Amino acid sequence: MEDKHQWPLYEVFVRARGGLDHKHTGSLHAPDAAMALSHARDLYTRRQEGVSIWVVPSTAIVASDPAENDSLFEPARDKIYRHPTFYEIPDEVKTL
Amino acid sequence: MNAKLPNVDAQALFHYVLRLGDLSLILGQRLGEWVGHAPALEEDLGVANIALDLIGQARLLLSYAGEIEGCGRDEDKLAYLREQGGYFNAILAEQPNGDFGQTIVRQVLIDAFQLELYERMTGSLDERLASIAAKSVKEVRYHLRYSSGWLVRLGDGTEESHARVQSALNTLWPYTVELFAEDDLDQLMADSGIAPRLSAVHAAWSARLEGILADSTLLRPADRPHLWHGKRGQHSEHLGYILAEMQYLQRAYPEACW
Repeated sequence: MEDKHQWPLYEVFVRARGGLDHKHTGSLHAPDAAMALSHARDLYTRRQEGVSIWVVPSTAIVASDPAENDSLFEPARDKIYRHPTFYEIPDEVKTL
Repeated sequence: MNAKLPNVDAQALFHYVLRLGDLSLILGQRLGEWVGHAPALEEDLGVANIALDLIGQARLLLSYAGEIEGCGRDEDKLAYLREQGGYFNAILAEQPNGDFGQTIVRQVLIDAFQLELYERMTGSLDERLASIAAKSVKEVRYHLRYSSGWLVRLGDGTEESHARVQSALNTLWPYTVELFAEDDLDQLMADSGIAPRLSAVHAAWSARLEGILADSTLLRPADRPHLWHGKRGQHSEHLGYILAEMQYLQRAYPEACW
């Protein structure tokens, strides 16, 4: 689906602070990867939102098919024993 | 606040700081014309970011100029209530945007100038200018990264884009001479340790441009004698139109504020 009048799409991931993960924050069009990084800086870190940016061509992302949600995600619903909810958590543990 | 002014004629320093501030102010205003009209939404924001940086620099410089003058004029009065002859920007800044390629060429030429100037001005004996330069140099480094990135892509792009930016470069190149034409005021500032020598700025600018133009597969036009005196307040026909738009609100509704 190549459209010559439209730049390729990139997905943008921004790390808010050192130690945190890069989070998907949006997407943008750019003629190439270096420009995508520049655009991402201008569009998504204007208000000091981050300290690091990744850009990834959207075509490089393989996504699950929503039509398959039943078989992919439904089976996990009744397996509550997979959640660690049966443990006593000591009061001292604050950030679990 | 008003710690100490450097030991130099206040009127001269006032005039010099306006040169720096007006270059940023007028270029920022020009870039602002792209808002809502840039070739892509992403460029719209990219260009607007740079325009806002430049207007921020202008605010710092014009505020300082107002303090040096000591007549009660603040940044707004200096930005919006001077006559055309009272602006001291080099006239390259006021040249029309043209197509996006021409805007990019103008931007590369001025970004590289401001980068070399501010890098050296961080060591100014005027502490206020040194700190404004230190803040601005970080912004300008990004501006040049953005503008030269585009120049390389357009110059080394299609036949059409190459022809357009080469033609814009040929059109705008003669105006760059004024950036480096050292007059008495530039000399006084350099002698006083307030500003770098323009000859040093020029040499570094030339070397930097050499590399960018080579990457862009563009030919460097020949230097020609200049007849431009924007730095002395003599402007091209374009500045009047810029000021008409920029000053309209303050002229129509004096003292209006947000």
